[in-house]
Formats: sequence, C-alpha cells, structure tokens
Amino acid sequence: MNGFQKALADHQLELNRGRTTTLQVNVGRLCNLACRHCHLSAGPERREVMTRQTMEEVIRFAGRHHFSVIDITGGAPELVPDIEYLLEQLAPCVQATMMRTNLIALLQEERRKLLDLCCRRHITLTASFPSVNRGQADAQRGNGVWEQSIVMLKKLNELGYGRPGSGLDLYLVSNPAGAFMPVDQCTAEKKFKADLAGKWGIEFTGLFTFANVPLGRFRNWLEKSGNYEDYMQKLAGSFNPATIKGLMCRSLINISWDGYLYDCDFHMAAGLPCSGKPRHISQVEQLEEGGAIMTDDYCFACTAGTGFT
Amino acid sequence: MNSYYDPQDLPKFAEIGEEAPEIARKFFDYYQAVFAEGELTEREKALIALAVAHAVQCPYCIDAYTNTCLEKGSNKAEMTEAIHVACAIRGGASLVHGIQMRNVCQKVSL
Repeated sequence: MNGFQKALADHQLELNRGRTTTLQVNVGRLCNLACRHCHLSAGPERREVMTRQTMEEVIRFAGRHHFSVIDITGGAPELVPDIEYLLEQLAPCVQATMMRTNLIALLQEERRKLLDLCCRRHITLTASFPSVNRGQADAQRGNGVWEQSIVMLKKLNELGYGRPGSGLDLYLVSNPAGAFMPVDQCTAEKKFKADLAGKWGIEFTGLFTFANVPLGRFRNWLEKSGNYEDYMQKLAGSFNPATIKGLMCRSLINISWDGYLYDCDFHMAAGLPCSGKPRHISQVEQLEEGGAIMTDDYCFACTAGTGFT
Repeated sequence: MNSYYDPQDLPKFAEIGEEAPEIARKFFDYYQAVFAEGELTEREKALIALAVAHAVQCPYCIDAYTNTCLEKGSNKAEMTEAIHVACAIRGGASLVHGIQMRNVCQKVSL
C-alpha cells in the first residue's frame, strides 16, 4: 500500500472512475521550452510525437464514446505536424475543445493557420503563465519567456481571446516557481487580473493554480536541490479529503502520444497505465464506470489544499 | 545538541501547550485570528510577518513566512522590499537615538 492509498484508507475513501466525460490527448513530449517544473521532461530534444495514424485511431475512439470535452496537451501541441487535422476532426464530436499552449510556440508566424482554426472552432486556450513577476516566470520557464508571453497574450486579446462576450476563452495556468504550495486560486486570479490589466492591458477568462507534481524534470530538481522529502511531506500534510470527489481522474481518460490509455497525464509521465496494464485505444470498446483508479504518492499533488480538478 | 536552532523544531511548536494548554489554546486561537483575512489580505499580513521576523531575527519565523509569502502569491522582489522596511525601521530607530546622544553631549559640554 503506497502513502496515498493509506491516506485514502485513513479517511475511508476510495478513488474510482465515474462517468468519463473528458478525453485528454497528449500529442507528444516535443516542446520548444524545457520548463524546470515539467512532469514530462518535455523539451526540444524529445522525439515522441503523435503520428497521423494514431490521430486517426484517436478520432475513431472519440467517435465510439460520448465525451463532452476534448483536452489537447503536450509537450507543445502547436509543434505537432497535423495538429490542425486532429483539432478539426475532434472539435465537432464534443461541446468544448481545449488546447494547452506555452504561448511561445503559438507566437511563431507559422502558427497563423492554427490560430485561425482555434478562433473559428472556438477552441479554448489554456496557457502556462506562472507568475506576473518576470524573474519568477523566467526562473521556471527560461530567460525571455515571460516577455514573449506578454506579447502573445496581447496578440490573443487582439483576436478576441479572453475578451468578455467573444466566445473565445483564454485561461491561464500558474504553477509555483519552486517547492512550495500554489496560491489560493481566487486570490491569485484577482491579483493576476489586476496586474495584467493595470500594467499591460491584458484580459483573460480565468486562472487555475496547480501544485507542481513531483515527476520528471521537477522531481530531478527536487532531489538535486535537497527539497524532495520536505516537498513530499508538505503535499501529504496538505491532503484534503474533500478533493477526492471532484478529482479530474474520475471523469477524464488520457491517451498518450502512442495511443495508450492512462488515468491522467501524470500516470502517463510515470508509465503507470490505466488498470495497471497497457491498453491501446484500438482495443478498447468501452470505458466502464466504477473501476479503481491507479495511484502513487505523487497523487498528493492533486489533493493538496483545494486540489487539482 | 549541535545547535540551539533546529528546523525540525518548528513543526513541534504546538507542543509548547503541553504544560499550559489553556494559555496555549488562547495564544494559538489569537494567532490564527490575527492572520485571517480582514481589512488586510492574508498576503499583506504574511509580508508584515516576514518583515517583523527579520526585525526580531527569528529563524523559525523567517523559514515559515518565506514559504507562506510565496504560497500567498508574493514574489521575491516584494519580499525583499518588505525586509527593507524592517531594516529601515531598525536602522532608523538606532539613528534617531542619536538625538539623545546629542542632547546629553550638549548638556555636559561647554
């Protein structure tokens, strides 16, 4: 029994799959950045990218099930060849389509076609933006990234993203710039809105604050810097049993770049497949309710404080 | 004991209540109320606490409120400015006593 299972047992809780309403597709680990908190260790040197053939299988899989939301993540989805094809095919299957962006990959001129598609299909953009402070943001994401992010946010606003009534939602995601817990979401959203609007005239729809998950590059940093044990204690000590009911893994299924199923992106990063055995989407006809969700000690990152929903 | 200060002592703070539980309870209740959101935000209160921690030079408080400030959304620049406020008051408090020195000098000098 791992520490997370023990915490569940201590609170007489079980973590089981509910109705799966969100299909999360991780299209690869290739990224133009190498953020220090990345649980996937994504970066420019990575070569794992979803092929057109796997995309076709994802599209067929989405057609066999009734998802409400499609969530495209990476790496940097913008860098994946045929990403426009995948979005075009998946968007009509669901009520809402979301794509994660690091903003910098989207800023490049060759993404113009992708941006047009996002506007036309009303694809929600969820952008990494850890801090309104340049130093903290660049320490996490690389020198100069903060400044380019501001440029891209202004450009997105010009296209209507984040503007009330435009139908183009722009969410920001803030992860702590280190081994500490995230800021309360409501408080941080107020401050981000005031600072971004006041200093740069930037608007956005909402902010998510998430704890860093101790996997990949972030775990390496925790271990090298001597922060690992304290951070794990902090996460476990912040376990909030009220978060279990609304955890995203209860209503989400993750597909890896090569077409395998996971309960979440973190299990995908850790190589912990759904139900404990690798299953390719081409072999899955039905997603059953009630099955046990895989767990590990890094799951404490999703149950700390107000949780990761 | 290798040092008077041990970071592992900080989580044991509540043990101070073992010999005088009622007084400790009142203190910790008061402490919690002080740091709750009021006319000042929790973030602002944490910055004040960080500055005071430096003024009273408490390593436990510096450790605790550095983390709290980060978790309440303050950045290093804001936290550094808060410490300069403490430094200015501490330095100013020393310097303003120079007037007392000057008064004494004046009284005893020709």
